[in-house]
Amino acid sequence: MTDAPTRSFELPLRVRLAMYFRLFALQGSWNYETLNGTGVGFAMEPALRCLPGGIGGPAYRSALARQSRYFNAHPYLAGIAVGALTRAELEGVDSVRIERFRTALAGPLGSVGDRLVWASWLPFCSLVAMGVYGAGGSALAVVGTFLLLYNAGHFTLRAWGLRTGLSRGLNVASALGNPVLRHGPQYIGCAAAFMAGIALPLALQRVAGPGRALVGGIIGAALIGILLLARLRERAEGWRIALGVLAIFVLYSVLT
Amino acid sequence: MTLLEALPIALLGALLGLDVVSFPQAMVSRPIVAATLAGAFIGNPPAGLLIGVVLEMIALDTLPFGASRYPEWGSAGVVGGALFAAQPPTMPGALPASLLAALLTASISGWSMVVLRRLIASRLERTRDRMEEGSRDALLSLHISGMSMDLLRGGLVTITAMMIFAPLVRAIVAVWGSDSAPSRAVVVVIAAMVAGGALWKVFHSVRYVLWFLLAGLVVWMVLLVAR
Repeated sequence: MTDAPTRSFELPLRVRLAMYFRLFALQGSWNYETLNGTGVGFAMEPALRCLPGGIGGPAYRSALARQSRYFNAHPYLAGIAVGALTRAELEGVDSVRIERFRTALAGPLGSVGDRLVWASWLPFCSLVAMGVYGAGGSALAVVGTFLLLYNAGHFTLRAWGLRTGLSRGLNVASALGNPVLRHGPQYIGCAAAFMAGIALPLALQRVAGPGRALVGGIIGAALIGILLLARLRERAEGWRIALGVLAIFVLYSVLT
Repeated sequence: MTLLEALPIALLGALLGLDVVSFPQAMVSRPIVAATLAGAFIGNPPAGLLIGVVLEMIALDTLPFGASRYPEWGSAGVVGGALFAAQPPTMPGALPASLLAALLTASISGWSMVVLRRLIASRLERTRDRMEEGSRDALLSLHISGMSMDLLRGGLVTITAMMIFAPLVRAIVAVWGSDSAPSRAVVVVIAAMVAGGALWKVFHSVRYVLWFLLAGLVVWMVLLVAR
């Protein structure tokens, strides 16, 4: 087994850009068997052409096959794996070591990304956009705020991941200790809770329209519903309950 | 609604359905964006935005963690936005009926994503040997066909939902028996309940979260008084 890299590593800018662009399509062939493994192979492919022998060479083919197997990571942080594995392949690191590293990296990249992006950044950006709506913002202001804010984080995270992976190679594990990844969910969670306190009532007021009719009933029913759903947590899916209640109400309103 | 009228909406649904998972996950598929865009297609972006905000609150309950199964909000947002924006603004049944259609579309579209993922897995199985040999063509073909099928999936779901729900919502709105205020109130309660429950589910473990929520509520009350 070879521990030390055997080849030097340099990637042209156009290859890095191609990899970055392909990261946005990482989940294009997501399936229940390899999850986003084939996407990792797809994103690495432009760089693997730089291996000795080029496209179709034995090094290219074995690397592409290896990197297209099962892999699971949050799509926005998969760039860390793509960059690190690319560097390892181009430096000629032993395949057994690459595969071991690949297996070890998948779990943390999934859980860290889920907490940071899906459970923190996305709800926060949604709440900010709802706040803009509640404050009387136009359609363009609401949509523009959401897309610009969300994608500022999204595009940056993908670019940081790829750059970090390419620069650190198999030593990339320490990057997962980055303060944004470690403490981000806590801070964003607090900011989201603060925004929720302002934005949700504001937005609901605007949806309800002018007038004070039924305000007491709305607040009371909403509080009971929230407490009920909060108690049930994972045991109930709120959107399914919403679907059921709405279906009954529509049926009632049509039949009366 | 004729097939020809539904085509631009279906195209929008296809593009936004693709954004959910395949490309580029820029969250243009979130209902707050998707419904507003669909409303703009119909010529009524404020109506699209209104139902988009309600759907966004409900969508907070289903965040796309890993391999979990969840409703697909891109096509659903487009259907909800287009249906609501096409109704006369004074009709009390327009919002509940369009919202129900959007939620049903989200559920069906979520199921279509599961079918698509199984389809891609079976395609992968057929090309297993070539993939194991490191065939570039096999990988690119699998990947691009997966994205194309997802595009098609979103378009088909949207056009089917529009063809079914457009006349249905119009009929429901025409015979609607409840008054305007309670109709709107039921939608507000549902949205508040699901959004509140979802945010608690996501953030309950964050330290001091209740204090931040209370601080936000205080700011809201100050704004309410200042208005």
